[in-house]
Amino acid sequence: MITRARSRDRRPKVLALSSGGGHWVQLLRLRPAFEGCDVVFATVKAEYRIDVPGATLRVIPDANRWNKVGLLRSALGVLRVLWRERPDVVVSTGAAPGYFAIRLAPLFGARAVWIDSVANIDELSLSGQQAGPHAALWLTQWKHLARPDGPHYGGSVL
Amino acid sequence: MIFVTVGTDVPFDRLVRVVDEWADRRERSDVFAQIGSTEWKPARLAYTRFLAPDEFMRRFAEARLVVAHAGMGTILSALRCEKPILVMPRHAALGETRNDHQLATARHLSTLGRINVAMDDAELRSQLDRIDELKAREPIGPYASPELIDTIRRFIVNGHAPASGHPLGRSAGPR
Repeated sequence: MITRARSRDRRPKVLALSSGGGHWVQLLRLRPAFEGCDVVFATVKAEYRIDVPGATLRVIPDANRWNKVGLLRSALGVLRVLWRERPDVVVSTGAAPGYFAIRLAPLFGARAVWIDSVANIDELSLSGQQAGPHAALWLTQWKHLARPDGPHYGGSVL
Repeated sequence: MIFVTVGTDVPFDRLVRVVDEWADRRERSDVFAQIGSTEWKPARLAYTRFLAPDEFMRRFAEARLVVAHAGMGTILSALRCEKPILVMPRHAALGETRNDHQLATARHLSTLGRINVAMDDAELRSQLDRIDELKAREPIGPYASPELIDTIRRFIVNGHAPASGHPLGRSAGPR
């Protein structure tokens, strides 16, 4: 396990990571949760930089479950960001790149949070079903989807 | 200006075609559409395929109302900017998307009274005819609910979530 040297007074380092579109919009709505932390954003479009002025944004390859080669590139991209940034906490609103971030976070001693998209109303996302059990905090934004072993309901982006 | 958007990832010929035909029938010149990779070439609508994020937000801000697919990102932006929004969900069965999330989104948010919805072409045509009466619903603030912010913040700071009676945090790694 590779970790950064820690001092008690150091600000937590957060990697906030998501795919584009609604996933990114929802991630941005979580920003007050990162106050007092060092935040690095990672997403799939460089032009999203305009949404986080003054913050670092890393670009990762996009992927979905129908493209195996793309998935591999995305996983490697996520690995590279984790290696470079060494966060304490990884926060993701999905989708496939978020899955890799949750699974790879432990290699770097990071705790991971998965927030299922508010668009997943009738059932959990597939990436959420796969990533969730591996996250230290697994959240759904709809009370009727919460289960005793996760995901838990902890509020909504709305 | 009525701003029409289909999102960036997938075409939405059905929406663009219905709006274009309606604009032609009603002789509207105040409709602008972002059509992405949609194949239908509008005869009446002013349109572009893609907009950079800042230009998208500018058009959004200028619009009197928005007509869109039921994408959550678009809906959140409309609620945030307090724009009346009319959505038509994509159907997986018509090859317009991979799953039926948009149907669920449209149904649920309509029931909650947050957005205006046309479930099919006929409903869209009839809602478009009344579009100038469309009102903005309750807006949302710039950030998530205080509850969600708190849940995540607590976890970042001490690995616990406040809602349950016992710590949710556990060491990183599979169970």
